[in-house]
Amino acid sequence: MSAALSAQEITRALTRISHEILEKNSGSSNLTLLGIPTRGAHIASRIAKIINSIESTDVPVGTLDITLHRDDLRMRPPRALMPTVIPPAGIDGRDVILIDDVLFSGRTIRAALDALGEIGRPKSVQLAILVDRGHRELPIRADFVGKNIPTARTQNVKVNLSETDGADEVLVSEGENK
Amino acid sequence: MRHLLSISDLSKDEAVLILDTAIEMSRASDGPMKKLPTLRGRTIVNLFAEDSTRTRISFEAAAKRLSADVINFGAKGSSLSKGESLKDTALTLQAMGADAVIIRHSASGAPARLADSAWMTGSVINAGDGTHEHPSQALLDAFTIRKHCTKGGGDLEALRIGIVGDVLHSRVARSNVLLLSLLGAHVTLIAPPTLLPFGVESWPVDISYDFDSVLPTLDAVMMLRVQQERMSDLFFPNAREYSRYFGLNRDRMHTMKSNSIVMHPGPMNRGLEITADVADSARSVIVEQVSNGVSVRMAILYLLLAGAPSEIGANI
Amino acid sequence: MTQSYILKGGLLPNGTKSDIAIRDGLISAIGTSLDASGSEIFDISNCVVLPGLVDLHTHLREPGREDSETVLSGSRAAVRGGFTAISAMANTSPVADTAGVVEQVFRLGQEAGLCDVFPVGAVTQGLEGEKLSEMGAMANSIAKVRVFSDDGHCVSDPLVMRRALEYVKQFGGVIAQHAQEPRLTVGSQMNEGIISAKLGLKGWPAIAEESIIARDVLLAEHVSSRLHICHVTTAGGVEIIRWAKARGIDVTAEVTPHHLLLTDDLATSYDPIYKVNPPLRTQKDVTALREALAEGIIDIVATDHAPHPAETKECEWQEASFGMLGLETALSIVMQTMIETGLMNWEEVADRLSIAPARIGGYSDHGQEIAVGKIAHLCVINPTASWRVDRDLVASRSRNTPFHGMEFPGVVKHTFFKGVKR
Repeated sequence: MSAALSAQEITRALTRISHEILEKNSGSSNLTLLGIPTRGAHIASRIAKIINSIESTDVPVGTLDITLHRDDLRMRPPRALMPTVIPPAGIDGRDVILIDDVLFSGRTIRAALDALGEIGRPKSVQLAILVDRGHRELPIRADFVGKNIPTARTQNVKVNLSETDGADEVLVSEGENK
Repeated sequence: MRHLLSISDLSKDEAVLILDTAIEMSRASDGPMKKLPTLRGRTIVNLFAEDSTRTRISFEAAAKRLSADVINFGAKGSSLSKGESLKDTALTLQAMGADAVIIRHSASGAPARLADSAWMTGSVINAGDGTHEHPSQALLDAFTIRKHCTKGGGDLEALRIGIVGDVLHSRVARSNVLLLSLLGAHVTLIAPPTLLPFGVESWPVDISYDFDSVLPTLDAVMMLRVQQERMSDLFFPNAREYSRYFGLNRDRMHTMKSNSIVMHPGPMNRGLEITADVADSARSVIVEQVSNGVSVRMAILYLLLAGAPSEIGANI
Repeated sequence: MTQSYILKGGLLPNGTKSDIAIRDGLISAIGTSLDASGSEIFDISNCVVLPGLVDLHTHLREPGREDSETVLSGSRAAVRGGFTAISAMANTSPVADTAGVVEQVFRLGQEAGLCDVFPVGAVTQGLEGEKLSEMGAMANSIAKVRVFSDDGHCVSDPLVMRRALEYVKQFGGVIAQHAQEPRLTVGSQMNEGIISAKLGLKGWPAIAEESIIARDVLLAEHVSSRLHICHVTTAGGVEIIRWAKARGIDVTAEVTPHHLLLTDDLATSYDPIYKVNPPLRTQKDVTALREALAEGIIDIVATDHAPHPAETKECEWQEASFGMLGLETALSIVMQTMIETGLMNWEEVADRLSIAPARIGGYSDHGQEIAVGKIAHLCVINPTASWRVDRDLVASRSRNTPFHGMEFPGVVKHTFFKGVKR
């Protein structure tokens, strides 16, 4: 196992992403952040905090669990559901920033777009990702990327966050595709 | 294939999983996501050989919110009412490609016979069989109790629940006794001796004939429907005597703990086991039980049908 | 028929190794080095020879339900099980409550010619429990009925039961009671107990059997008559019969093979192959019944062979019919539950399954000791072999056996009826 990103690199990446989001959207006034649980949700909280420290605004943050919209449900035993909490202002007309830890096949994001479509009609949907490991199976791309890490399909990319795993780091290892 | 025939098919973890999943389902339903694509393309048959409005509509709503196709095989006017056998009905459903059958039947064990037979291969979900069990009702009751009596998630450790009334003939009581004790609650059955089953001393419950002394200790009281026919079968002398000693009226309600709730699986005999003012009071969660039913049934359908051979339930 | 046989190398019930010669329908010689000329020889080494078994309780369904069984198919099943005489219960359609019906059943048995079929007459007209049937006419018919029973139903009215017990004394008859207090068993589905409460099936409490046995032994004592209790299933019932016998009351009792083996927890599958009346009970009852049979408190084994068509067993428990097949598996089950457990020996088996039932029914040609000059009704069983029950291979027209797929010891190799192998 090698650490592809250290704790400090993660922090810098998230800071840069936060600035890029603000730059692309000309500020934070119309933003809604939705993190995909589990780790995407924590990352979304962190980005919201960083934006708050830059612009002194409280950007609405929520979570979007996409389990019920997955296209591979029948291939494995049913998973437990994670919470979906949409901020009170909703998503209609908002610039929604979807946030997740790893972008791989793109199917999770496809499911997230389906879920969003049932909740409302955002003005735009943008994607912020900590690690892009390639191997897309659908025409999905990220707007904001922490780090591009080319991998082999057989490798495993694990994002650890202090909120859930005790420490911040991104690990790449040989092994089963998870 | 996995089935949900009885609460005893579930481990404690599986029961908690259903309740946790139901929380997310209710969030989805309360929020803007009224329809989920999860069971799209699946065919679910409601086989209600016994009349029911509440349960059937609840399962139908749950299935439709998950985008499943629902076919209703009712009692009146269907081939079932014309004497078609359970076996022939099952063979027909199999030919129709039913992925799951939700069955309510007046014969105890009918869902088990369906699941056990070689007549069909879908999942079988027991929506109430004779006087045996009604697992989804117990699950929605536990969900309701959890919502009001605990701080949200977790099990029902140390809660005191009372079940009052015709336990002998109640499938709701049987499923609730199994589930509530599985989740760690303390259950007391309150009924006249004639309405308690033979051998009830071996159940994991306390028994009392004295409603008034137990009621103030309870966190939740579940009133069971008492059928008028029971009087002609000599279970108790008349309605007045029954209500006097086992009915929940306003005076009794005032002796309850401040946060405790009143439940009833429905339909109610207003005036017999429960008075109108209790049923309509702030303590009563009877109406909420109904909407909780949809979320819980969505969770059951999701966990049994969405994935590869299921996480929960009986493997026959 | 003049057929001669030599049965070589078998064991008599008392364990003596002995050959047996059969000629002209009778046992012609017993011993060693018998003259085998002109005889068919059967090698029956290791086999036990019993007097032909007698079943005091079967349902042959004819007339009325020939789809389930006929006298002929029932006779075939009997022969497979080692029986040379069977009593046909009266709950046919029409009910066997007149000389006409019992003579019909008797003749059907003769035509089949495989074993003796002794019709049982109903106690009350139409089995309705109200008015006595023409028991005198049935006793004097060619069927010579001595055993009377409303089996399927209990003679529950105490006055009717008293009169019936008194009435049959005139021709040496016996009333065989199906002990089931109807008021305590309305809609009952299985034994009342912890399992029935869990499964939501209406219970059939033990006291519904015990209370009738208690009442009827006292009635039999009071009017000095003979009483027979069908299919005893409860430990409590056994105790009452023990008490009655100690008092000198003329009561006999039977137990079925399935009640010696099966218990009520089998209902947990809701498979109505286990649904029977009286129901399967608890292990405590099974133990008491086995001990009582060994002691002789229960006098005989009777199968209560009850064939039913598939559609009445392939359904919900509540809708299903009550009853199990029994003729072809009876002796094997007795061997497994009584011989292999050391509770009984073969001589006692001969008594409980042949000698005693023949005596109770008054079937004088049957249940005889194996001796020269007796009619050759014989059952030859190989205790060293075992077999697997296959419901598709039974001789009965119906297939409702709860023992399908189970292995049992003891294979009936030959059944001789009137000296001819059937």
